[in-house]
Amino acid sequence: MYAQMVKSEATQDDPEKLAAFQARIDAGEKIEPKEWMPEGYRKTLIRQIGQHAHSEIVGQLPEGNWITRAPSLERKAILLAKVQDEAGHGLYLYCAAETLGVSRDELTEALLAGKMKYSSIFNYPTLTWADIGAVGWLVDGAAIMNQVPLQRTSFGPYSRAMIRICKEESFHQRQGFDIMRKMATGTKAQRHMAQDALNRFWYPSLMMFGPSDADSVHSAQSIRWKIKMNTNDELRQKFVDQTVPQAEYLGLTVPDPDLRWNADKGGYDFSEPDWDEFFEVLKGNGPCNTERLAARQKAWDDGAWVRDGLMAHAAKQHSAPVAAE
Amino acid sequence: MGAVVDLDAALFEGLCRLGDSTLVLGHRVSEWCGQAPVLEEDIALANVALDLIGQTQMWLGLAGEVEGRERTSDTLAYHRDVWDFRNLLLVERPNGDFGHTLMRQFLFDAWHQPMLAGLAQSRDTRVAEIAVKAGKEVAYHLERSADLVIRLGDGSGESHARMQAALDTLWPYTGEMMVPDATDAALAEAGIMPDLNGLRTTWDALVQDVLAEATLTIPESGFMHKGGKQGQHSEHLGHMLATMQFLPRAYPDATW
Repeated sequence: MYAQMVKSEATQDDPEKLAAFQARIDAGEKIEPKEWMPEGYRKTLIRQIGQHAHSEIVGQLPEGNWITRAPSLERKAILLAKVQDEAGHGLYLYCAAETLGVSRDELTEALLAGKMKYSSIFNYPTLTWADIGAVGWLVDGAAIMNQVPLQRTSFGPYSRAMIRICKEESFHQRQGFDIMRKMATGTKAQRHMAQDALNRFWYPSLMMFGPSDADSVHSAQSIRWKIKMNTNDELRQKFVDQTVPQAEYLGLTVPDPDLRWNADKGGYDFSEPDWDEFFEVLKGNGPCNTERLAARQKAWDDGAWVRDGLMAHAAKQHSAPVAAE
Repeated sequence: MGAVVDLDAALFEGLCRLGDSTLVLGHRVSEWCGQAPVLEEDIALANVALDLIGQTQMWLGLAGEVEGRERTSDTLAYHRDVWDFRNLLLVERPNGDFGHTLMRQFLFDAWHQPMLAGLAQSRDTRVAEIAVKAGKEVAYHLERSADLVIRLGDGSGESHARMQAALDTLWPYTGEMMVPDATDAALAEAGIMPDLNGLRTTWDALVQDVLAEATLTIPESGFMHKGGKQGQHSEHLGHMLATMQFLPRAYPDATW
């Protein structure tokens, strides 16, 4: 769930074209880049796919914080494989966005200028090795909840990117759970780290789905266009129902005194996260917003000479045969 | 030279030299996570680091087996101090800018590939098997690093200047790779590892070709630092180990 609070764009297209477009979506057809689409559909998708791509890229940073301190060669290798996948996911998604007429550089500049967002979750710090477990288990677990249904999204390139991404995300979640299992059954210090990681990541993970959108007009439009497949509340409930038994299996306590099974609805009742905190994080006031964006800005600035150098070389290659004639 | 060398001890030493070099370089490259100049390079750097850590598991795993003191690849990686590390000085150099990281990679890859080709002919089949597997990965490392050195060396004015600065800084750390000591000589004589003197011709030719195409100039001074593979390191390695070994050292009873 790396796209939060994606506002859908109002659309002012020809009603007949809109109806025909909606009929195609209702019939389960995929919309391809060169086909007609409402401007609102295009803009909403750019925002959503872009935000997802940025989340993959910024999401490397909290894990990179522990790659150099991974406690065994095997754990280091697995974490490297995971961040490599994430950069790859970013690449597929930027490519999907490019088919809608926006370049990767434009999207990057919008991120750095604060005009585009990435998931709120990556503004929380990874303080111990157990946090790397929690990120895989909870954060990737929450992301999968959203991404699995998005494999059926109406926009062809986005759907195909999601199919590839989902294959790898389930491996990410398993490795996270495996770290947690090892920690939760380890020494006293390790068990403490595992519980502490769950305490800190539980509510921020619930926030990943965004606030309730049951009455949101924008969400309803996105759902009709099959850009959004479920409401935020549906996905959050599903996540809680899946995760609580896993926490019990690990012998860890979910930090919610009001958590209990509700037989009538066939799911857990649980406490809402602190939405004031969520909106502060979106505004830039989370624990790591400044560092995350500064790290991306530095990579962009420090890398400028490399990108320019590669372009200069390509230009020379391009002009060389002409000069030789 | 000429001293009597116990062959198993020499093999342990030789395997640590290989495994420590891939470990230290893999670690350095992994420090780039999320900071590369372009997304494709984030992917490539993670991929190279991952290959090198995988090779470390194989080399140090075999080293522990040869030593016969029940040390695993993890024990060797996480529970030795600086003086026991046998990596080349080149690979412990700090990352610097992307140009330094890339030049360090190229100078190492240009040695690593022919070294693995030689090791693939080893009389010790365990060594040969690892070398064959690693050789496939390293062929790609060299292809990438040589290509980028050429493109950035012969790129813009700034990229050329940065690549030349990286070459000037790192060049004095390359000599050690091809100067054999008693251990290297004993392993070469036993047909277990290639003769390092023989690698020099291949390395020189490859490096000269690529650097010429990159319009970069090899420094005139022939001075070379040495000592890494005998355990005499720069100040940088200790800091890397302090980071890398933190968890297993702080929580010695834990398994991960």
